[in-house]
Amino acid sequence: MDFSFTEEQNKFRLEVRNFLEEEIGKGYWKPTCDAWIQGFDPEFTKRVAHKGWIGLTWPKEYGGHERSHIDRLILTEEMLRYGAPAACHWFGDRQVGGTILSFGSEDLKKEFLPRIVEGEAYFGLGMSEPGAGSDLASLQTRALEDGDYYVINGQKTWASCASFAQYFDVYVRTDSEAPKHRGISEFIVDAQSPGLSRIPMTDITGTEAWNDVFFDNVRVHKRYLVGEKNRGFYQVLNQLDYERSGMERLMGNYPLFDSIIQFAKDNKLSQQPVIRNKLAQLQIEFEVGRLLIYRVAFLMEEGRAPNWESAMSKAYSTEFEKHLAGVAMEVLGPYGQLTSSSKLVPLQGMALHSYLGSKGYSLQAGTTEILKNILAVRGLGLPSS
Amino acid sequence: MELTLTEEQEMLKKTARDFLTDKCPKSFVKQMEESKTGFSRELWEQMAQLGWMGVAFPGKYSGGDMNFLDLAVLLEEMGRACLPGPFFSTVVLGGLSILDFGREEQKQEYLPKIILGEKILTLAFTEPGYYNYDDRSVTVEAARSDGSYIISGTKLFVPDAHIADNLLCVAKTKPENGITIFLVDAKDPKIEYTVLETIAGDKLCEVVFDQMPVSEASILGRLNQGWSTVQKTIERAAVGKCCETVGNIQRVLEMTVDYAKERKQFDRPIGSFQAIQHYCADMATDVDGARFSTYRAAWMLSEGVPCTKEIAIAKAWTGKASQRVFALAHQIHGAIGATIEHDLHYYTRRAKAAELAFGDADFYREIVAREMGL
Repeated sequence: MDFSFTEEQNKFRLEVRNFLEEEIGKGYWKPTCDAWIQGFDPEFTKRVAHKGWIGLTWPKEYGGHERSHIDRLILTEEMLRYGAPAACHWFGDRQVGGTILSFGSEDLKKEFLPRIVEGEAYFGLGMSEPGAGSDLASLQTRALEDGDYYVINGQKTWASCASFAQYFDVYVRTDSEAPKHRGISEFIVDAQSPGLSRIPMTDITGTEAWNDVFFDNVRVHKRYLVGEKNRGFYQVLNQLDYERSGMERLMGNYPLFDSIIQFAKDNKLSQQPVIRNKLAQLQIEFEVGRLLIYRVAFLMEEGRAPNWESAMSKAYSTEFEKHLAGVAMEVLGPYGQLTSSSKLVPLQGMALHSYLGSKGYSLQAGTTEILKNILAVRGLGLPSS
Repeated sequence: MELTLTEEQEMLKKTARDFLTDKCPKSFVKQMEESKTGFSRELWEQMAQLGWMGVAFPGKYSGGDMNFLDLAVLLEEMGRACLPGPFFSTVVLGGLSILDFGREEQKQEYLPKIILGEKILTLAFTEPGYYNYDDRSVTVEAARSDGSYIISGTKLFVPDAHIADNLLCVAKTKPENGITIFLVDAKDPKIEYTVLETIAGDKLCEVVFDQMPVSEASILGRLNQGWSTVQKTIERAAVGKCCETVGNIQRVLEMTVDYAKERKQFDRPIGSFQAIQHYCADMATDVDGARFSTYRAAWMLSEGVPCTKEIAIAKAWTGKASQRVFALAHQIHGAIGATIEHDLHYYTRRAKAAELAFGDADFYREIVAREMGL
C-alpha cells in the first residue's frame, strides 16, 4: 500500500491551484458552492480547455491527454475546493464523453470528443421522466424509426441546468414489445432540433436547477445512436457508475466547509468544546469520504469500471455534505436563517443555500436507497429484492 | 498511490489466516478467556517459530526485516480470529518501544528474546481515575534515592501484566516532576498483580508497586523526557487496535451477510429485504472507511512521516464505526446472535474493548480539532 502522491501528481495539484488562485485573484469568479453543476462560464471552460484539462484521461487520437484517473481526481478535487464554475464542461468531461468513448461509433467519437476537449460542446442528460425516477427502466419517451432517422416523442425531467446544454444524452424506448430493460437506446440529440423545448424549474434555494425537456417529433439521424440499439439500459448503468464516482459528491459544498471553520476561528467559537467536537467530526467524515473516492479512482486506474464502490462512496459522501450544511447552520445559530440578500447575513448566505440545496444531493444520480441496493446486491452478493 | 497489499503481504495474510483458523477456533478463545493466564505457551512458541513477533524488527535482532505495515496485516488477521494472548502487549507496546527508544544494549538484551518468544512484555501506563492518556494522569512516582529510583503506586488496566517478564512502567520522576519510562523486572516481589474481569475476557491487571527499587540503567529513553515517547507508543497502539478492529468487523460483516442469505422468513432469505440490505450496505461502508483510514495511518507510521491527525482520524472513525457495525450485526442476526452459543459475542465484546483502549473517539476528535488549528 502507498497512500502518497507522486512528485508529478503533487506538482500537478500545485499547478491547478495556482491557476485557480490566479483566476480568483483576477476577479474572474468567486468560489461558490455547487459551481461544478450550476456555475456556467463558457470563458472559464475555454481557459480550462486551453490548459489541456478536459478529457484528461482520453486517448490522444480524440484530443485527449491519456493521463491517469488519479490526475483527473486531483484536478476535480481542486476545482471543487475552489468552487470553480466548471458546469459547462462537467457532464461532457465526466460521463458523456466516456460513454461515447466506450460505446459510440468511430464517427461519433470524431464528431464530439475533440469538441468536448476544446470546451465547445456542453451536454445535458435526458434520463429521468415524470414517471421514471429510480425505476429508470420504465421510461416512456419513445423513438420510432423512419428511414435514416428516429423520431422521438416524450418528456424528460430533472435535467440539471439544461438551459445551457447544446446537446442531450437521451435514453428512449426503441422496442416496446421487449422486456423493459431490453428496449432502451441511447442517442445524442442536438438541443436546437426542431420540436425540442425546455422549461426551467427553480429549486428550493431559488436557483434555476433543472429543466423539463419536451420532445415533439424530434428527428435524430441514426448516426447519433450511441452503441447498440436496445442496449441503452446497460450503457446507462455503466455511465451512472462514472457519474457517481467523483469528488463532487463529497465536495459540492466545500467552500462552505472552509468558510465555517474560518468563521468559528474568527469568532472564537472554536474554543467551545461542542463546536470543536462537531467540526472535528466533519473533518473525520470528510477524510474518510476522500479515501473512499480515491479507492474508486484507483480501481479505474487499474482498468476496472467503477461499480458498487462508487455507489458506496456516493451514498456516503452526500450524507457528509448534508451533515456539513446542518453543522454550519448550527454554528451560525439564528444568523443561519438569513438569506444572501439580507442585512447581517454571514458567509454570503452560503450555509442557508447549502442547507436547502443539499437535500437534492442524495437524490441525483441514484438515490441513496438505490445505491445501497446496488452495494448490497452487486457488492455483497445479497439476493435481489 | 497503491491501495492493494503486496504479494508478500498477501502471503503473510494467508499464512496467518490458515494458521489461526486451525489453531484458534472459538473453543480455544473461550478456554483462554476462562483460564488464569489467558494464553497458551505452546501456541506462543508456534507463533514465534512462524516469525510473527519479529515481523517489524530488523534482522540484526533476529527480526523479519519487514515493517509496521506488514505487522498491520498480521494484527488484522489476529483481530479476525479474536486471538487471545500477549502478542499486542509484547510486540506493539513493549518491543517496538524498545526498538524506537532503547539504548543499543537494551535492544540487544530484549529484542532477540522477544522475537524468539522467550519474553513477554507490556506497558504499565494508565492509572486509577478518569483522565487517562494525558500526562496529568501519571501519578505513580519514581523517587530518586542514591543513584537509583524507588517506584510506588498503582497502575490499572495493564494488559497481560500477570504473565509478563518485563514491564515498561511510566512514572513521574521525583523531584523533577518529569515523566520517565522504566524497563523493569515484572517478577519483582515488590509488585502485586490482580487480574480484573473484563468484557473481552482479556487479562487487564491492577499492578501495585510497593517501594520497588530500580536502577538508573533501567530507564528507557531519556530521564524526565519520557512523555513524547509515551505519546508515540499510545499513537502506535491506537493504530494497532484499529488494525485488530478492522479484522474483527470485516469478519462480522461476512458472517452477517452469510446469515442474511441463509435465514428465511416469509419464504425468502431475509437478505432480499431492502431494510436488511441497507443495513448490510451501511456496515460495509463503515468497514471500508475503517480499513482505508487505518491502513493510511499504518502506512504513514511505517514510512515515518508525521501522522498525529491521520491516526486520530483512524481511531475516532474505527471506534465509532465498529459500534454501528455491531448494532446492525446484532439486529440482523436476531435473537440467536444474543446467545452464548453463537460466535458473534466474541467479536462484540472485543470491539468494545478496542474502542475504549488507547483513547476513544472523543479523545481523538479533540486531537483532530487541534490539528485543524481550532
